[in-house]
Amino acid sequence: SFGLWGITLLMGLLSVFFVCLFFSSAFAVDRGNFKTCDQSAFCKRQRAFKPGQSPYRALLETLELSDSRLTLQLINDNNKVHLLLELYRLQGNMTRVKINELKPLKPRFEVPDVLIAEPPTDLSVLSKDDNGVVLSLGAESQRLIVSARPFRLDIMEGPEVLLSLNSRGLLAFEHLRLRKDTNKEEDGLWEETFKSHTDTKPNGPTSISLDFSLPGVEHVYGIPEHADDLKLKTTDGGDPYRLYNLDVFQYELYNPMALYGSIPLMLAHNTQRTMGIFWLNAAETWVDISSNTAGKTVFGKMLDFVQGSSEKPQTDVRWISESGIIDVFIMLGPKPSDVFSQYASLTGTQSFPPLASLGYHQCRWNYNDQEDVKSVDQGFDQHDIPYDFIWLDIEHADGKRYFTWDPHKFSQPKEMLQGLMDKKRKMVAIVDPHIKVDSGYKIHNEITSKDFYVKNKDGGNYEGWCWPGNSGYPDFTNPEMRAWWASMFAYDQYEGSMENLFTWNDMNEPSVFNGPEVTMHKDALHGKWEHRDIHNMYGLYVQMATAEGQIQRSGGAERPFVLTRAFFAGSQRFGAVWTGDNAAEWDHLKISIPMCLSLGLVGVSFCGADVGGFFKNPSTELLVRWYQTGAYQPFFRAHAHLDTTRREPWLFGPENTALIREAVRQRYALLPYWYQLFFQAYRTGMPVMRPLWVDYPKDTATFTIDDEFLIGSDLLVHPVTEEGSRGVTAYLPGAGEVWYDVHTFQKHNGAQNLYIPVTLSSIPVFQRGGSIIPRKDRVRRSSACMENDPYTLYVALSPKKFAEGKLYIDDGHSFNYDTKKEFIHRSLTFANNALTSSNLCPDCNFLTSSWIEKVLILGASKPSKVVLKMNGKETPVDFEFDSSMSVLTLRKPGMNAGDDWTLLLQ
Amino acid sequence: MTCLHLLLTLVFAVSLGTPVEIQRPRGVPLTKKQFYEESKPFTCLDGSRTIPFDRVNDDYCDCKDGSDEPGTAACPNGSFHCTNAGYRPMFIPSSRINDGICDCCDTTDEYNSGAKCENTCKELGRKEREVLQKMAEITKEGFLLKQQLIEEAKKGQQEKQSKVTDMQENKKQLDEKVEALRTVKETAEQPEKEAKERHLKAWEEQKAAIRLEKDKAKMAETFLELDDNADGFVSVSELQSHAELDPDADGTLTEIEAQGLMGGAEQVDTSTFESVWPKIKDKYHSEVSREEADISCLVRCLLCLCVVQAQPTIKTPEKTHEDEEAMPPYDADTQALIDAAQKARDDFEEAEKALREMDDQIRNIEKELSFDFGPDAEFTYLYSQCYELTTSEYIYRLCPFNRVSQKPKYGGSETNLGTWGSWSGPENNKYLLMKYEQGTGCWQGPNRSTTVKLTCGKETVVTSTSEPSRCEYLMEFTTPAVCQEPANIDPSPHDHVEL
Repeated sequence: SFGLWGITLLMGLLSVFFVCLFFSSAFAVDRGNFKTCDQSAFCKRQRAFKPGQSPYRALLETLELSDSRLTLQLINDNNKVHLLLELYRLQGNMTRVKINELKPLKPRFEVPDVLIAEPPTDLSVLSKDDNGVVLSLGAESQRLIVSARPFRLDIMEGPEVLLSLNSRGLLAFEHLRLRKDTNKEEDGLWEETFKSHTDTKPNGPTSISLDFSLPGVEHVYGIPEHADDLKLKTTDGGDPYRLYNLDVFQYELYNPMALYGSIPLMLAHNTQRTMGIFWLNAAETWVDISSNTAGKTVFGKMLDFVQGSSEKPQTDVRWISESGIIDVFIMLGPKPSDVFSQYASLTGTQSFPPLASLGYHQCRWNYNDQEDVKSVDQGFDQHDIPYDFIWLDIEHADGKRYFTWDPHKFSQPKEMLQGLMDKKRKMVAIVDPHIKVDSGYKIHNEITSKDFYVKNKDGGNYEGWCWPGNSGYPDFTNPEMRAWWASMFAYDQYEGSMENLFTWNDMNEPSVFNGPEVTMHKDALHGKWEHRDIHNMYGLYVQMATAEGQIQRSGGAERPFVLTRAFFAGSQRFGAVWTGDNAAEWDHLKISIPMCLSLGLVGVSFCGADVGGFFKNPSTELLVRWYQTGAYQPFFRAHAHLDTTRREPWLFGPENTALIREAVRQRYALLPYWYQLFFQAYRTGMPVMRPLWVDYPKDTATFTIDDEFLIGSDLLVHPVTEEGSRGVTAYLPGAGEVWYDVHTFQKHNGAQNLYIPVTLSSIPVFQRGGSIIPRKDRVRRSSACMENDPYTLYVALSPKKFAEGKLYIDDGHSFNYDTKKEFIHRSLTFANNALTSSNLCPDCNFLTSSWIEKVLILGASKPSKVVLKMNGKETPVDFEFDSSMSVLTLRKPGMNAGDDWTLLLQ
Repeated sequence: MTCLHLLLTLVFAVSLGTPVEIQRPRGVPLTKKQFYEESKPFTCLDGSRTIPFDRVNDDYCDCKDGSDEPGTAACPNGSFHCTNAGYRPMFIPSSRINDGICDCCDTTDEYNSGAKCENTCKELGRKEREVLQKMAEITKEGFLLKQQLIEEAKKGQQEKQSKVTDMQENKKQLDEKVEALRTVKETAEQPEKEAKERHLKAWEEQKAAIRLEKDKAKMAETFLELDDNADGFVSVSELQSHAELDPDADGTLTEIEAQGLMGGAEQVDTSTFESVWPKIKDKYHSEVSREEADISCLVRCLLCLCVVQAQPTIKTPEKTHEDEEAMPPYDADTQALIDAAQKARDDFEEAEKALREMDDQIRNIEKELSFDFGPDAEFTYLYSQCYELTTSEYIYRLCPFNRVSQKPKYGGSETNLGTWGSWSGPENNKYLLMKYEQGTGCWQGPNRSTTVKLTCGKETVVTSTSEPSRCEYLMEFTTPAVCQEPANIDPSPHDHVEL
């Protein structure tokens, strides 16, 4: 989590290195450390190809069709190399397109362990002639047209083209070859040098590229991780968006540079349809985006419209990867929620986190010793601020030997953990994947003896510099290695660990201080595959093995919690992600919204940014605003660099302590809602924090909004992210809908830009009319302390006096919800002046002592009488009515949260 | 469902040694008992509304100020009172009622959570009494020590004050002595100066004569060199062979130019050459010296070497062109005057040095006296002392009113953690904290600084150090100097009942 700072341990390292760091100390990324497309030989080579006639031709006579698979050979007329095209139709309106060499010199890498399923379904040929083949994609008049000369694919619905492949002729597949057969010795084909690092390329050029055209699409999203706006920009005249997991020191905002994680999924959206393109490739990847409407002014577009001469807006995308095969999944939606479930059916959903991990996390590099931990813990109680997790960064370990404790500063870890447990709190300690090369270190010795380290190109153990100095990198792509790693989390292996200790995987891009672009050499070897092939999934494997270890240590009973910095498609199955080493600057606060929104769109709901900013010291105002924003983002953790001054919430005077306390309390009161949303995300793949357009897909005004967001469908948040702000303008979507200010209960109409005056205490949040949100308004010092507390239901009526919501309850930490159906899932509906709780899972079984203490009905009229109907009995319920805000409060109806009941307003 | 009934607590208060039951709603302190009367409706303590009394502690929040739920967690801003008989009564936020964590030592906060709390009040009370007693002893002894410190400081201060006074007196005398010696010195220096000038002038004249002599010799030599045909005359053409004499520096010495140098004459004899010589002597290159110079130099150097090697202990410097003209020694009279002046100077400087030293001493004492050593100078004894604490990695060193430093235990250089800045305790007692600032700069960070927290103790010891923030150190330091006068009251505060 620290880029290259924290040099203390590197003292012995090259002084040259030190000096370099020193000179780059101005606050900004040193762009020269990272490649541009021009400096990446395959990207430059591929980008030099311009759209035009494709040299590829489909050999229709080779067509073979089984129940679910169609294969066909392609030939490149320039070099006569044959490719094999495979087409699959997958359940849930997806098409898979695979292209590989028909007879490669040796196998090319295909990404394992990311797909949880690839459920094929029937594929049938509708017609075939010399020009091509038409395939049926199911009942919805959707067809896939394979054109032979030149080769292209078009997916149609009725008369409309939804998406075309190779329509611009940019399919380019560099086949494996022998060096002696290379015609011309072009630069970078068999060797490439960047700065002082030479990449020997024993396999020569292996890159692949394919273009996609999206007629009618002007908005594309996804392909994180980039510190950029939610809506992807066109890349003409600049670099493509890069996907290559890197430890970027002091990253810059608003550019397409690669960051710590990569998820090669792009979403395309217009008012009619949402689609997805999932490019399953783990090698370095670049994505070009162009648009025929980009750069046109609104006036220009209007002119086109009036003149009727308008060409249809279209977005063209081109993917380029360094190795592997072309393996693309086209998701046809059509609704946003369909694309989410389609993608989830391939790569899995967000893991269902322990409830406590949705609370507040207090982190710092570093809490110095056990005393420090204790006093920070006490500080929260003294200032009556809830928190669930306190975190330990790298200094807690003995000389950065992970799985150990510093013998002086953390000599009694169990005592410390017990102290936290006594307050129902938890801890996270960091475990990074670089292992100190030290013959006195058990972990290193075992990895060495089991031969589990990544190898360098010459077959020796790959070694690089990281926090502990010279380090080895376990080969997490090896399932045996992962199983061994997981076993290291057993309580008898990980000394000093207890059931309330969880894990943080940092530096898993992997970060190699003295490697090319601060990462591993591409010619390093993971078994028979080059690091080049698997780079972007190394971090996924680290988190996978760590989460597995946490599950195993409890005998499979307890849910894990693991935070990762590097990630790939599928990482959502293993825990939480944060946006890495940001900075205490207003723009970094702002960018946390689009960065987490982008991750949510591609399956990773459990996302957050370091509250306060990692580098530098935040102003008090920025810190307060960051707490207010972070309280409404999924992963809520404050973190700070070693060189910053202390910033625990109570260090900025009583007024600011009160503001931070209030923000954290709002978070805790809403935990039932967050928890239910994560349950939903786990079940369906729906993002928890989402852009407005996901719920208002036909409202074009929402398509580029990324300074406000929705939590689920029912809360709209427009955090204040401007310094000295006196007001914000929030867009409330939904014509004919209403929104209620959650603090004042004032009602506002949808489909309007609403100016909201703000003070330092304001967090503009609105509840959607038509929704019911359960809260626990009795905020305590940790989420576990609130387990048995009663609920307050916030019923926000739609203009038609209707509302619905859900309530989910389980033990908060075990897998019993899954293995034993031990949970409560209830539907709450307000209709016809009656609020009813009904069971969504009749065969579920869980008992709670929580009850309903209060019901607030927003937008209500005054009843003459309120009656609780339960178990065939009717009892009157006290109520109060605030006519100024039309809020009806039902006093202490008192039913158990798991019961069936109806409240009648008469 | 929760436990909703109104529970009344039984409180055992020790008053005149007799236990008395005082009934009141759970969580209400005795001081507020009168607001909670079972027979009357309850008015929220902020006056915002009145509710039936059965809504007090019914686990539903009716009052904005939380006053209707002193014994439940229903109100977000309520507070719960535990009597903690045997220990200290206290308030806890009502959010800690029945949260499964034992907060009150009398266990009254966990009446419905299933948490197994033990009543630890007696034990805590005992421990607290022990601690208080120990503290009281320390304070008492520390305060006595403090009195001594104050005495000593006062004595020391007086001594120093009188020392300064004495020294200032001495200084006055020294001042006079210095002035007197200055006069003696100046009186002796005047004749010395005049004699030296005379000597110098004579020598200058002598040098001028020698230079003139040399010039003449050179002129004669040059004449002979120029007079190529040895006819006793230097002609225009003979002069023309020396292009370096070209007055307009165009590289050639024309006939007219040569004639110009020779004052218009066609040729000059030795006596008329005297008027030509000054015009050419600066530019003129000797015909021999050009070749021979190197050789002669080489020869001379070799000779030098021989001389040096032959007489390694030689003390007089080698004679070279320059020091051929070294000044001759002073004559005896002059030397006597110089010696006399030197003695006067030495005497004067010695006196002046003594004065400076005296000044320094006075300044040091005055500096010490100017420090804020506390209201009764009780911190004086820390001045010019240093206290060390050795941790696993470092040796920390606190030199009060001077600096704080840190040195690695196993070798390495010392780091300055700050030099004396100021007292920086809270307004009511600024002498509880010392601030040391502007230590060694941190890489990418601020200058190191240290806050020293002073607590009462019999010993003067650094008890702990820490670095709560990067490069901001905290040091705990005990000293009798901060011990307060012990309050001369009942040493068992656990017994009193809140009023």
